[in-house]
Amino acid sequence: MIEPLLPPIGMLAELTHRCPLQCPYCSNPTELLKANRELNTETWLYLFRQAADLGVLQIHLSGGEPTLRRDLEQLIAGLSARGVYTNLITAGVGIAEGRIEAFAEAGLDHLQLSFQGARPATTDRIGNSRGSHEKKLETARRARAAGLPLTINAPIHRHNIEEVPEFIELALLLDAERLEIANVQYGGWALINRDALMPDRAAVERQAAIVEGAREQLRGILNIDFVPPDYFAIYPKPCMGGWARDAFMVTPDGTVLPCHAAQTIPWLEFERFGDRTLAEIWTDSPAFNAYRGTDWMQEPCRSCDRREIDWGGCRCQAMAIADDAAATDPACVKSPIHARMARIIDDARIAAEGMKDREGFVYRRIGGAPTAVPPDRVKPALTV
Amino acid sequence: MMALHERAMVTPQSRPSLPRHVRIQFDPVRQAFAVLSPESVFWPNEISLDILRRCDGHSTVSRIIADLADEYEAEEEDVAADVAAFLQEWSDRLLVKL
Repeated sequence: MIEPLLPPIGMLAELTHRCPLQCPYCSNPTELLKANRELNTETWLYLFRQAADLGVLQIHLSGGEPTLRRDLEQLIAGLSARGVYTNLITAGVGIAEGRIEAFAEAGLDHLQLSFQGARPATTDRIGNSRGSHEKKLETARRARAAGLPLTINAPIHRHNIEEVPEFIELALLLDAERLEIANVQYGGWALINRDALMPDRAAVERQAAIVEGAREQLRGILNIDFVPPDYFAIYPKPCMGGWARDAFMVTPDGTVLPCHAAQTIPWLEFERFGDRTLAEIWTDSPAFNAYRGTDWMQEPCRSCDRREIDWGGCRCQAMAIADDAAATDPACVKSPIHARMARIIDDARIAAEGMKDREGFVYRRIGGAPTAVPPDRVKPALTV
Repeated sequence: MMALHERAMVTPQSRPSLPRHVRIQFDPVRQAFAVLSPESVFWPNEISLDILRRCDGHSTVSRIIADLADEYEAEEEDVAADVAAFLQEWSDRLLVKL
């Protein structure tokens, strides 16, 4: 069954790969683009106009660190003029005086601020940037003073999972409306650092109970969005709401992708904005059509009654773990290699015992990735 | 947990409004009204839209109920519970301010 192609609702714009932090779980690709590859102001504004024409209602301005773009005010103003809802996703470190107010004035709708830890030492260590926690607190205060609604985003892993109650306190203290307790997704840099980041099963269970309790207690006060960890799941997440179904993303050089990690699927070719229009890419790009809908599915997805709930899960996780982007996401209990997830968790626990915290990380920076990811990370043995 | 606010509860005297991070907008591509919020886009049905549009910060909940009863030619008591439940739910999701 082919469903009619609907226009996209959301778009993630990775304005730059430059970032003052070096978080080892970063979802950016391990091959980071330098500033000279970034689209210029005019091109972004042109792209945004096409996105609005195509039906995009919401744009998440991200990176890297999007505030490193000196034209961010201009980009926000361009989107705002078209009525597009703008969400700035920032690390909140080193934003010059007056700029947050300028973003608000340009029409920014919402600001999402990441915290690597709820404690200063954790934030500074995970982002590998001394004093960053203090700067983030200041950013939160300035955003609220400028009248901007605030989401606190907490990417969760082994080194901060016990801080979940403190993240909740922090979000309340900073007068945030939303808190995202988002367990790290093992793509990009996080896949390289998987052994160092993977939490223990017991900690994951404690975390789920804490979040559930806090949600109940804070109903109508703080919205807590919980992104559970895939490797401990029974069913996969409907990644991006389904491949090329209602959202897409654009990299700093204008490459249009169905999701963050799509470039890890080696046989897909992605198109750049400028060579073709956004509408052409959304409709016709072979990469977008490769896993759209349900026709591409194999068993057990093909006949599964959850196929239009999960959309097969994450194609890139299937690529990374099953070595087949058209396989069922191994996070799914129905995947024939689901047991491999538990084995990866166990292996990570054993490997992590041999690491001291800091030495375990490959920090995210241009040229910082190992030249080749160890083959067993990308292509595990074929047996379970 | 130390919260700066308490959970707001709907009363007939509440004057609901849309917070700054929520807005209703006509989408010319889909020819429908959308409610835009930080992570989600909602497509309200006609009645939901009629309630949300009256959340102007001036009208009380009892005024909104009376208006809607009039518009839909229904008894106020039939409308009241639905409107209160709707507003409580949207307030709990921080999409409406009471």
